[in-house]
Amino acid sequence: MEHRLRTPISEEDVSALRAGDLVWISGTVFTARDRVHALLGSGEELPVDLAGAVVYHCGPLVREGEILSAGPTTSGRVARYTREVVERGARLIVGKGGISEEAEALRGKAAYLAYPGGCGALAARGLRVKRLHLPELGMAEGLWELEAQDWGPMIVAIDSCGRDLYLEARRSRPMSSAD
Amino acid sequence: MRRTDLVEATVAVLKKAETTLPPWVMELIEEAAGRETNAIARSSLASMLENVRIASSDGVPLCQDTGLPVFHLEMGRDLEIPPFLEEAMAEGVRRATTEIPLRPNAVDPLTRKNTSDNTGRGMPDLIIDLVPGDELRITAFPKGAGSENASFLAMLNPADDPLDYVAREVANRAGRACAPVFVGVGIGGTFDLAARLAKRALFNMPGSSETELALLSEINRIGPGPMGLGGDTTALGVRIETAHCHTASLPVAVNIQCWANRSATATVRGEGWSID
Repeated sequence: MEHRLRTPISEEDVSALRAGDLVWISGTVFTARDRVHALLGSGEELPVDLAGAVVYHCGPLVREGEILSAGPTTSGRVARYTREVVERGARLIVGKGGISEEAEALRGKAAYLAYPGGCGALAARGLRVKRLHLPELGMAEGLWELEAQDWGPMIVAIDSCGRDLYLEARRSRPMSSAD
Repeated sequence: MRRTDLVEATVAVLKKAETTLPPWVMELIEEAAGRETNAIARSSLASMLENVRIASSDGVPLCQDTGLPVFHLEMGRDLEIPPFLEEAMAEGVRRATTEIPLRPNAVDPLTRKNTSDNTGRGMPDLIIDLVPGDELRITAFPKGAGSENASFLAMLNPADDPLDYVAREVANRAGRACAPVFVGVGIGGTFDLAARLAKRALFNMPGSSETELALLSEINRIGPGPMGLGGDTTALGVRIETAHCHTASLPVAVNIQCWANRSATATVRGEGWSID
């Protein structure tokens, strides 16, 4: 099934998403990777409100306010902060590689979308810069507030009912042990 | 060799490597997309192919992780090694960072302070091989962190099966390394030689020996598919490089490269340079 969503994302939007569905997003998207998540983890206030937000694990390549390339970064590095992100109201987390056992924090509240890794030029076509928060963290680690326009397709990799395609891909294969 | 030629060639190979993919890599991804039976995997592979076309036509980096500047230098034995080699290539990296542009990725490992120009202690990383002739071949091999972080090295027991170990570990790690991946394997030598063999294996991709094809097929049998979301292709190529090791050890290193197996080569001569 295909979904075209607009931010802020509601609880109903999230509960309609099923693992394997495709999603396109319009509205506001916030990037966050290692440094922003570390701030979250230490309980600090962020300069943006995450209620109904889309949080994108991404450190974009930007020139003079123009997004050139903005694919996802590996979510595993910041997975440990999933509960804090969801508690602050985020409804969709976009990244690559999944969040392992932290997926439990999404249940009933949020979903995890996979954007194909390495597809930075494609992703950039659907995104433009609204504002850079925390510029002192630098281009990759800063918190970019982006405007998305029919940005996708993303794959619902972990839905709010707990179905996780990463786990299924591991289990369906012979001899492969889920670590 | 002229310094300006070396600087210009460095910028040019980085630009080509960051904004295009070698045709043989595109062909492998297209073949994988053609035989894929999983619809989600087909969607990911189609995005990858479309992404490369957009990057090539717009002249922008195909991945926002423009990597660390790794170069393979094949240096002719009859060439007088220029005193400005490292310094001129560092200048090429700095210029490429502004001109292409590249994301500033190089940080001090302890303070995490970013130099903002992709150079620093040990960067660019120049991996030098001596070859016959009087030319210098420069291959840019920008290395992103997603696949580099999924790489690994182990000192196995000589009684262990290194190929089975590699297949299982790659299958477990490929999902977070932008699969379908390329797998550079170094077996034998010492602790550090195994790692260098693994990196060099990526320069000589893909392998076609019976052992390499068997390992490729095993990784695809047990692996999680494109982006770890299920599907038939976890790896696109495997290359194994070996060196003799101590009778009591079995070093095994695996350097993983994402589907975006970026590289580009130029040749620098006594006067002038050209891109391959």
